[in-house]
Amino acid sequence: MTRDRLLKLLLIGTLGGFFSGLFGVGGGTVIVPLLIFWLTFGEREATGTSLAAIVLIAAYGAIDQAIYGNVNPGYAALVGVPALAGVVTGAAVQQRIPERAVSLLFAVLLVATAAELIF
Amino acid sequence: MEYVAAGALGFLGGMLGGLVGVGGGVLFVPALVIFLDQAQVKAEATSLLAIVFVAALGAYRQYGYGNVRVRDGLVMGAMGVIGVAGGVAIANTVSGRTLELMFAALCLVIAAQLVRRVLKASRPAATDRAPGPP
Repeated sequence: MTRDRLLKLLLIGTLGGFFSGLFGVGGGTVIVPLLIFWLTFGEREATGTSLAAIVLIAAYGAIDQAIYGNVNPGYAALVGVPALAGVVTGAAVQQRIPERAVSLLFAVLLVATAAELIF
Repeated sequence: MEYVAAGALGFLGGMLGGLVGVGGGVLFVPALVIFLDQAQVKAEATSLLAIVFVAALGAYRQYGYGNVRVRDGLVMGAMGVIGVAGGVAIANTVSGRTLELMFAALCLVIAAQLVRRVLKASRPAATDRAPGPP
């Protein structure tokens, strides 16, 4: 691995980690586009590789937050277990539902969520 | 009832996240805040724990498709530790309301990104579906 590549990966990991720690999300929103633009990853490779990094990043974040006493494992299971089922279901129906409709549904959910949090 | 709603949002997060390539975690946090009355920072903390397992499943599946550059992923992940510590420290320092508003802004940005991607994809693209900027 060249030094330049290593530095870019280091920077992407740091930025993604910061984002993940600050917002309690995976960090893929930051990591995926950076892998594509800085290291010329294809979209699928960027997504897959980002997920591998996120396993570690989210684990650090969960440990850090546990030290602050903020983690509720029961609630994590309450959203996490259905989410695992969701991942499997999503993959199963992928061919049958249009990606555009899914993206728009997701966008609507996010706007509703933002409104609920703001008001 | 609230438990069912939170679980349903978790399910949607996993499903939509896998389908459109945006992490489902962005729905875990509001599920915990809105339906289970967790403070924003606690919801974020709990979401991170859930993400470990969901991302592990996602990474495993993507690895099966040959989409994971393992060494690059491990390097990024290993190097993420400092950034994570910084983010978590700030999340625990700012007021809950500030953090909530920042998170709401994040939701809107991601929503805009998704809509832009849909608009772009529906145009007869000259280039082969290049992803949108961050």
